[in-house]
Amino acid sequence: MVIGGSHAAVQLVISLRQNGWDGGITVISEENHMPYQRPPLSKAYLAGDSSKEQLALRAPAAYEKLDVNFMLGVKVKRIDVQAHQLELDNNQTLGFSKLALCTGARVRPLPIPGADLRGVHYLRTMDDVTGIQQSAASAKTAVIIGGGYIGLETAASLSKLGIAVTVLETESRLLKRVASETTSEFYLRLHRENGVDIRCNTMATALEGDSAVSGVVCGDGLKIAADMVIIGIGVIPNTELASEAGLEVDNGVLVNEFAQTSHPDIVAAGDCTNHPNAILNTRLRLESVPNATEQAKAAAASICGLDKQYAELPWFWSDQYDVKLQIAGMNQGYTDAIIRGDKASRSFTVFYLKDNTILAADCINRPKDFMLAKKLILQAQPVDMAVLADETTELKTLITEQ
Amino acid sequence: MPVINYIEADGTEYSVNVAEGVSLMQGALDNMIEGIVAECGGCCVCCTCHCMIDPAWSQAAGSAAADEAEMLEMVDDTEETSRLACQVKVTAAMEGMVVRLPESQY
Repeated sequence: MVIGGSHAAVQLVISLRQNGWDGGITVISEENHMPYQRPPLSKAYLAGDSSKEQLALRAPAAYEKLDVNFMLGVKVKRIDVQAHQLELDNNQTLGFSKLALCTGARVRPLPIPGADLRGVHYLRTMDDVTGIQQSAASAKTAVIIGGGYIGLETAASLSKLGIAVTVLETESRLLKRVASETTSEFYLRLHRENGVDIRCNTMATALEGDSAVSGVVCGDGLKIAADMVIIGIGVIPNTELASEAGLEVDNGVLVNEFAQTSHPDIVAAGDCTNHPNAILNTRLRLESVPNATEQAKAAAASICGLDKQYAELPWFWSDQYDVKLQIAGMNQGYTDAIIRGDKASRSFTVFYLKDNTILAADCINRPKDFMLAKKLILQAQPVDMAVLADETTELKTLITEQ
Repeated sequence: MPVINYIEADGTEYSVNVAEGVSLMQGALDNMIEGIVAECGGCCVCCTCHCMIDPAWSQAAGSAAADEAEMLEMVDDTEETSRLACQVKVTAAMEGMVVRLPESQY
């Protein structure tokens, strides 16, 4: 039994079959759609550049070959660990020998007056995007609350559709928790050049409107007109089923490097897990597709009695306008940010270092730097910062292994 | 639907139908061909769907765009006809195409 029907779940069922699992497999998902790719939702799909069919993670025929049974639009109410049973919201009870939690995360709600007005949206699911597109069809103005990657990608997509967009960020700069000042400044400039109004140090305190939203009230009393509002202020891992079942939970379902939970017959993978990373030497919870799929492979192996350690370098990407950002590694604790290339251009890389060792890199329209940055981070050796900053030297010369 | 022949690094061959307009990457994923990892799902950002197009079909496949070419430059086992499978959309001219998958993706 697999609870959840997104990236982790799909990879898990495929890996189960590849590992020789010949028992039945059932995927139980709250959503009414077959598994689809989430990353394009805020990007190409919202902007109308890709279709619903193109979002499908696998063709329907693939699931038939895998002999996987899908229960869509069904919610698991409770895991009865003792009886090895799931209680569903349609009053069915299903037994399991092995269970995989791929429950993901849900959007963090913004508790301000008016957040339930028509025209106010979050962005996590395909249905969310359908709602956004319905509002966007007649909207002239949109306010996005939250200047993180989801908010910024949504701003880019809506502005492409011809809507006047304002982004509100409570911090002093965009992407403050995740990126250097240089990266923040770049995205501020990029959005302003594309006509998006970015307001930092600005908190939305209420949404106004009769039945549908018409404006946003900010902390300083400022009112901004809005035909639609999108809230993107982060996600909360879905851990309630796990904790009610007595599994260990701490900012995610706690798993080991084999994606095993504290119960021998239950594994977990994806955004819902808090897992150790041997490369970073810390525990963390990640919101990323590569994390979901690679961890799912470890989880499937564990179900089949095999040992496949999950130890990958985290990486992320973001598409906004014609700019492709690829992020390698995690920059937490960095002491130096070295820029390679011209930060006033549309192509440069920010390397994050600690003790002369590269922790992470934001590669803006620099696919080659991204590929090399991954190798340099894994190499975990001190590097000459002058070489990093000097474009006339090849990054390749810093690679010592192979 | 054109038939595409994928050959994994260990020599395992798959002869599968892939609809026109669908990428070589998606065609491999839909048929559980292990040599295509496709971490990013087809956005040309991860370089884990590297494949080598048999020269007989390389013209039909076209050439890599700038960002794709830059990523491929950093992969060790590339060949002249290397592409990222997510960037190659299947057309009628690809009937019978042979696509080999590199050792590094296993």
